[in-house]
Amino acid sequence: MAKITYREALNQAMCQEMERDDRVFLMGEEVAEYNGAYKVSQGMLDKFGPKRVIDTPITELGFSGLGVGAAMAGLRPVIEFMTWNFAILAADQIVNAAAKMKYMTGGQYDCPMVFRGAGGAAARVSSQHSQAFENWYANIPGLKVVMPSNPADAKGLLAASIRDNDTVIFIENEINYGDIGEVPEGEYIIPLGKADIKRVGTDITLVAHSRMTGYALMAADELAKQGIDAEVVDPRTIRPLDEATILASVAKTNRAVVIEEGWRFAGIGAEISARIMEKGFDDLDAPVARVTGKDVPMPYAANLENYALPSVSEIVEAARVVCNRA
Amino acid sequence: MTTKNQQENQAGITQEGRFYSAERLHAMHDMMLFIRRFEEKAGQMYGLKKIGGFCHLCNGQEAVCVGMEEAAEPTDYMMTSYRDHGHILARGSKPTAIMAELLGRAGGIVGGKGGSMHMFDKEKNFAGGNGIVGEQVPIGIGFAFASQYRDDKRVSITIMGDGGVNQGAVYESFNMAALWKLPVVFVIENNQYAMGTSLSRASAETHLYKRGISFKVPGIQVDGMDVLEVERKMIEALEHARSGQGPIIVEMMTYRYRGHSMSDPATYRTRDEVDEWRSGRDPIVRLQKQMIEAGLATEAEFKQKDKDIKKEVVAVAKAAEAQPEPDLSALWDDIITDEIPNAYPYPRQVG
Ligand SMILES: Cc1ncc(C[n+]2csc(CCOP(=O)(O)OP(=O)(O)O)c2C)c(N)n1
Ligand SMILES: [Mg+2]
Repeated sequence: MAKITYREALNQAMCQEMERDDRVFLMGEEVAEYNGAYKVSQGMLDKFGPKRVIDTPITELGFSGLGVGAAMAGLRPVIEFMTWNFAILAADQIVNAAAKMKYMTGGQYDCPMVFRGAGGAAARVSSQHSQAFENWYANIPGLKVVMPSNPADAKGLLAASIRDNDTVIFIENEINYGDIGEVPEGEYIIPLGKADIKRVGTDITLVAHSRMTGYALMAADELAKQGIDAEVVDPRTIRPLDEATILASVAKTNRAVVIEEGWRFAGIGAEISARIMEKGFDDLDAPVARVTGKDVPMPYAANLENYALPSVSEIVEAARVVCNRA
Repeated sequence: MTTKNQQENQAGITQEGRFYSAERLHAMHDMMLFIRRFEEKAGQMYGLKKIGGFCHLCNGQEAVCVGMEEAAEPTDYMMTSYRDHGHILARGSKPTAIMAELLGRAGGIVGGKGGSMHMFDKEKNFAGGNGIVGEQVPIGIGFAFASQYRDDKRVSITIMGDGGVNQGAVYESFNMAALWKLPVVFVIENNQYAMGTSLSRASAETHLYKRGISFKVPGIQVDGMDVLEVERKMIEALEHARSGQGPIIVEMMTYRYRGHSMSDPATYRTRDEVDEWRSGRDPIVRLQKQMIEAGLATEAEFKQKDKDIKKEVVAVAKAAEAQPEPDLSALWDDIITDEIPNAYPYPRQVG
């Protein structure tokens, strides 16, 4: 296994799939000549040429719709949003077209495509550029939502998403792009819909995805020092959700904290804790707690931004409360 | 054509039949130079990690900021993208509040909540500071609609970039503005690049002033490196909109000297190209030359002026830096939230 960055892992997955399947192409703002605003598509223009790696004007609604049409016509588009904040302009094509196409056409048309890009908060980019939208898309029947938390998952999940026959919302994280990890060389696929246990423990289950998985692991280290042995479960695919793995973990630990960077109201934590309540109620020794971003637009000032985001210490505190150790 | 001119015993320059007094020329010059030095300071503070996130500087585009403001009434509305420092400074907002915003301080123009991309000053009729490309364009016609609704003769100066002009909402806005004859001047700051994408790689029609043709929105192209031409053409455009003839497009030909944002090395353009604009067409040097030729100033005076402005900018940065960060309670100001019980701080007690 080679040690590479999260962004290189994404790049490998796209190259792997483009070499394998000539229907796959990459389109988005600055993906070709600039090698990607965050350098995820580094070298891909040179490798695959301008027919398959395509720079667009700043027209998110337009090129997303183009992707939908191309997918319906049998191609396999990978549409990059520089960040998911800009995908809001394309919401009509994602929600009203891509998500519904197969159902609405009685199965005549597939819409096999990937919308991908950076989600969540980067550093100090303020309200309009620091938002977690996974709960929006996960709420839409017809969309799969995938969020890798480390380089190996980034590669395996993106490759699986490109091969998938449904529309996949693939949300990366800008702050994770430079993270380094071991990634299998050659063809590597992680099936969608499978959670991963990132740390085995017995006392409490921490469920976290994307950047928050790293936070949960740090919190678990801190909790270990305090005598609490936490298990960290990363769903990896938000929808379909691997409920079985989460419930099995809670059956073992009897306690859970769900962590997400996004807003609390109607967030992913609300869904996961409801599922635990519905199907794992008898296993619980305490109510499930949620650690989330504060319900405000992201402020710019360093101290306010810090306060708005979930922190490792909040996760530790919530876990202690749930374990009756506060 | 520039000539030495005396009008009502006043020294100045007459160009295309329009008289600019020495006093006014100095004011325009000083504001352009102030913006230049302010942006340089911001770049420096960014390098020192005192400013974070995205920071887009407007070096090279000062004539657009200042010439437009010279032509506009203070009651006219103005809104632009994230490349907003120069415009809001030209509008007359307090430099210390702008710098404090960049530093994320309590005394920032929006209390430290917005940063570089989100400068707003309602008192000065400056409505941002918009981070999503093209977003301000429909909002701009909304201000124009309010003006028409109240018949108060205010024009909405709605600014976008050569990249932003490709957003679909821009054309929806052109159509509505023309259909209802809304008092709006659509200003396209054509600085030749949208991030790393040159104009011709993103636009089939690169004469952006023609982009309104099928909506019956007239357009003009202006040398955006010439502050006096910007002022004159903006006067005409504003008159067009104010007099009830509807919208007009003004394409400002300009150039940004720096990268798109602080993290952009700008390797997509040649050194020669940048030099051609920088040394050949710089708006500040150009005005200085005209004023020296007309006997309104000397090189030595401009040198002294530059020193003074640099000092002023240092003082602004110092005053801004001396301010505290916002109080943590500000996190919950200016937002409706339904209280979620046990939410913050995380429950000490469960159940
Ligand atoms: C809807 C949307 N898409 C993409 C971006 C990312 N982005 C920020 S600025 C920019 C380029 C805009 O160029 P232009 O309109 O020419 O303005 P300039 O930066 O040259 O002033 C892009 C693509 C964004 N902020 N919003
Ligand atoms: Mg531009």
